[in-house]
Amino acid sequence: MNSEKLQITTPTDREIAMTRVFNAPRRLVFEALTRPELVKRWLLGPPGWSMPVCEIDLRVGGKYRYVWRRDSDGTDMGMGGIYREIVVPERIVATEKFDQSWYSGEAVGTTRLIEQGGKTTLTQTMLYESKVTRDAVLKSPMESGVAASYDRLADVLASMPAGQIR
Amino acid sequence: MVMELSGYGNLSSGRLDATFAALADPTRRAILARLASGEASVNELAEPFAMSQPAISKHLKVLERAGLISRGLDAQRRPRRLEAKPLAEANEWLERYRRFWEASFERLDALLLELKDGESKTRQSKILDSKVVDSKVVDSKVVDSKNLNQKMQGQKRWRSSRHGKLKGTNPL
Repeated sequence: MNSEKLQITTPTDREIAMTRVFNAPRRLVFEALTRPELVKRWLLGPPGWSMPVCEIDLRVGGKYRYVWRRDSDGTDMGMGGIYREIVVPERIVATEKFDQSWYSGEAVGTTRLIEQGGKTTLTQTMLYESKVTRDAVLKSPMESGVAASYDRLADVLASMPAGQIR
Repeated sequence: MVMELSGYGNLSSGRLDATFAALADPTRRAILARLASGEASVNELAEPFAMSQPAISKHLKVLERAGLISRGLDAQRRPRRLEAKPLAEANEWLERYRRFWEASFERLDALLLELKDGESKTRQSKILDSKVVDSKVVDSKVVDSKNLNQKMQGQKRWRSSRHGKLKGTNPL
């Protein structure tokens, strides 16, 4: 099996982008991203979580709904949204909102699949709600601050001796 | 997406907000990097920057409020020192986000391998020129997805029985 590296970047103050290469043609990746019975098999996060609900109505205006459950204590976590754009097998744009959201408004996720030489590069970009920059920093730094801080935080941490992190 | 998973941990999101906001400034990041090598007075911290001491003090206040730095015991120098815990927490938050996706994508690797295998087997048993003629490619895809469904049913049953033993119910 290939073990490609996941890259997380912050293209703008409002975005988080993830890039990952998969050793498969993109129509297969697209299916794995959009067919509930397939999604349930991989979109599970770390061990200990399952995905009891995965509903996908794959059309513009259609809804999707995911619920994860932590096996140890039965904690449920749900999210969902509406598809805004679907281009098989290369592009999906959908809104995203968690049941218990810590940020205001919806985020918009864009998934792009680019195939080259039988491999597919998946890029998923999350765009968080727009605000006047100042207000965003003051009121909801999790939206703009987190994204913009990813690389910076990594820099700071890299400069710290390991022993300093308690 | 799925950052909320970390919300079920012990992290206080208010504190994380403050941490990330404090880190959003290059001067403050440089100050933290400097303090990572040991405590320093305000004067010592101001030295490398083309900035007045009051300006530096302002940044120090932000860092202090975020809990990223504290004041040392020396009453005269009032050295600032790094409080690494909030940084470690913020890093943990990012790490969970990364871990969620890394773990998921590794499973996706395995699934895609399975899909590809199923597909190439189907293709081999189909007409040889299916690659060239469009309609036949569509054909082979349909057959393949049937094949896939059967495979998945098998997989589901396996998971159910395995899971059932452990938990009694299985939402999958």
